[in-house]
Amino acid sequence: MKLYEKTIHELSSMLRAGEITSVELTQSVLDRIDEIDGKVGGYITVVAESAMEQAKAADAKIASGEEVADLCGIPASVKDNICTKGIATTCASKMLENFVPPYDAFVSDRIKQAGGVIIGKTNMDEFAMGASNETSYFKLARNPYDLNKIPGGSSGGSAAVVAADEAIFALGSDTGGSIRQPASFCSIVGLKPTYGLVSRYGLVAFASSLDQIGPMTKDVTDCAIVLNAIAGHDSMDSTSANIKLPDYKKALVSDVKGLKIGVPTEYLGDGISEDVKKAILAAVKKYEEMGATVEYFNLPMTDYAVSAYYIISSAEASSNLARFDGIKYGHRAASFEDLNDLYAASRSEGFGSEVKRRIMLGTYVLSSGYYDAYYKKAQQVRTLIKNSFDRAFEKYDVILSPTTTETAFDIGGKIEDPVQMYLNDIYTVSVNIAGLPAIVVPGGFDKGGMPIGVQLIGKPFDESTLIRSAYTFEQNTDFSKIRPNL
Amino acid sequence: MSVTKEELRHIASLSRLKLTDEELDALNIEAVIEFARELSEVDTGDESPTNHISDIHNVFREDEVKPSFDRDDILKNAPAKARGCVLVPKVVE
Repeated sequence: MKLYEKTIHELSSMLRAGEITSVELTQSVLDRIDEIDGKVGGYITVVAESAMEQAKAADAKIASGEEVADLCGIPASVKDNICTKGIATTCASKMLENFVPPYDAFVSDRIKQAGGVIIGKTNMDEFAMGASNETSYFKLARNPYDLNKIPGGSSGGSAAVVAADEAIFALGSDTGGSIRQPASFCSIVGLKPTYGLVSRYGLVAFASSLDQIGPMTKDVTDCAIVLNAIAGHDSMDSTSANIKLPDYKKALVSDVKGLKIGVPTEYLGDGISEDVKKAILAAVKKYEEMGATVEYFNLPMTDYAVSAYYIISSAEASSNLARFDGIKYGHRAASFEDLNDLYAASRSEGFGSEVKRRIMLGTYVLSSGYYDAYYKKAQQVRTLIKNSFDRAFEKYDVILSPTTTETAFDIGGKIEDPVQMYLNDIYTVSVNIAGLPAIVVPGGFDKGGMPIGVQLIGKPFDESTLIRSAYTFEQNTDFSKIRPNL
Repeated sequence: MSVTKEELRHIASLSRLKLTDEELDALNIEAVIEFARELSEVDTGDESPTNHISDIHNVFREDEVKPSFDRDDILKNAPAKARGCVLVPKVVE
């Protein structure tokens, strides 16, 4: 087994035992990137030189015998909407093609503090708007299980590089499913934390009331390790929760006896593919065999979650993206008539079609005469969605569901029809609307060999129960052992 | 009630976007708005709107003097600059 194929917990032990160095490990991942990223398209930027420097520093730290964190010496791949000091952070947009942040995001800083080695920035949908990675300004990312298919989005590059073993782990961001859907499509583990658990400082804002950063890893153990590193209060994010955190590694217990699981019937109804439904029902059976109790229940408002999501997220995006005006940073048009024309020309040249579509929709629903009918209405629906989850969690510890209606689709398959693309998010958006945590674990494959992820949704700040539930499933199934053939 | 081209041009102008008629057609905003309109079916009564999920309100901090970014570091990302300032077109006559 090559070093780049291994998990954080395996490599961390080897590093501490002196069996390998971070320099060797980092070189191994860099070589793997050289070998296959031309096919996968998972990275926008690779920083070999600074990575090797960080690896040397990590090796020195380990050699000195001091107590080191689990991520010490481990290569990290960071989604390109998360600021990394001195490393281009483009959001896969022409608008930020040349933007080099003068500061680190909270999570980037945490990784560095732990001795982690930032190796590159991953491909994504432009400004995280998309479900297929096809809206990236730079290039397509491809699904390692079938290069003619999309890896999902918007954290498509992060999922693809983890699945293709050209990363040890990655960070993604999730506004409406952007960690979980690509994790499902690429057979990796993805966690969207509770809103407020991980600081958004330095995450280029898409929809501020929905965005969260989370781990994308090869297994559940690594998920717990990365969450330990990035969770925690940050005074630079006023929505950051100031709570006492558990050690998420303590949740790595293979036992779900007595766990109460609810399955929303609406999530297995119209529109779900046979293969996905089969995999989810098999997961339900597995949980029952492992000692959990499973009940089906109704989750009202599911049908309206996607439209509420697109109204709220686009409204927030239209406001957040107003900062891209061609003045202080970002693309500025070469020719313009006056200040207003500078704004409009720079924005029109700098943004791609999907971003323009969201800005237009967001501006429309916030504009005079439509605010109550769309934006306020969507916020009221948000209350109803939150209430329906609150009621469900009075009875259940965890909600189990599919992540998507179908497996990864063909490149070009949906990009022409925005509404079809948006409907792809039906099982994931409610989690963001209600601010809940959710994890996706490998749960099988369809007839064509494309991965299917099982989604587990938890109570606010109860990531430990999600990790325990996902870990137990992982330890009792073999899905994560089936790797892509590249 | 469907959205008119005229309205869309107004929205584009509010958004500070220049869109040709062809681009507007290609974006197909009408379909997305039509899709969003399904929410009108929901009886929300006088349910209060949720704009934020967390219970956090008014986060204050001490007003301490701390070093900020170096001006030259910040200006590195400016598309046009002169004498330590961001350069913009003339805004007052």
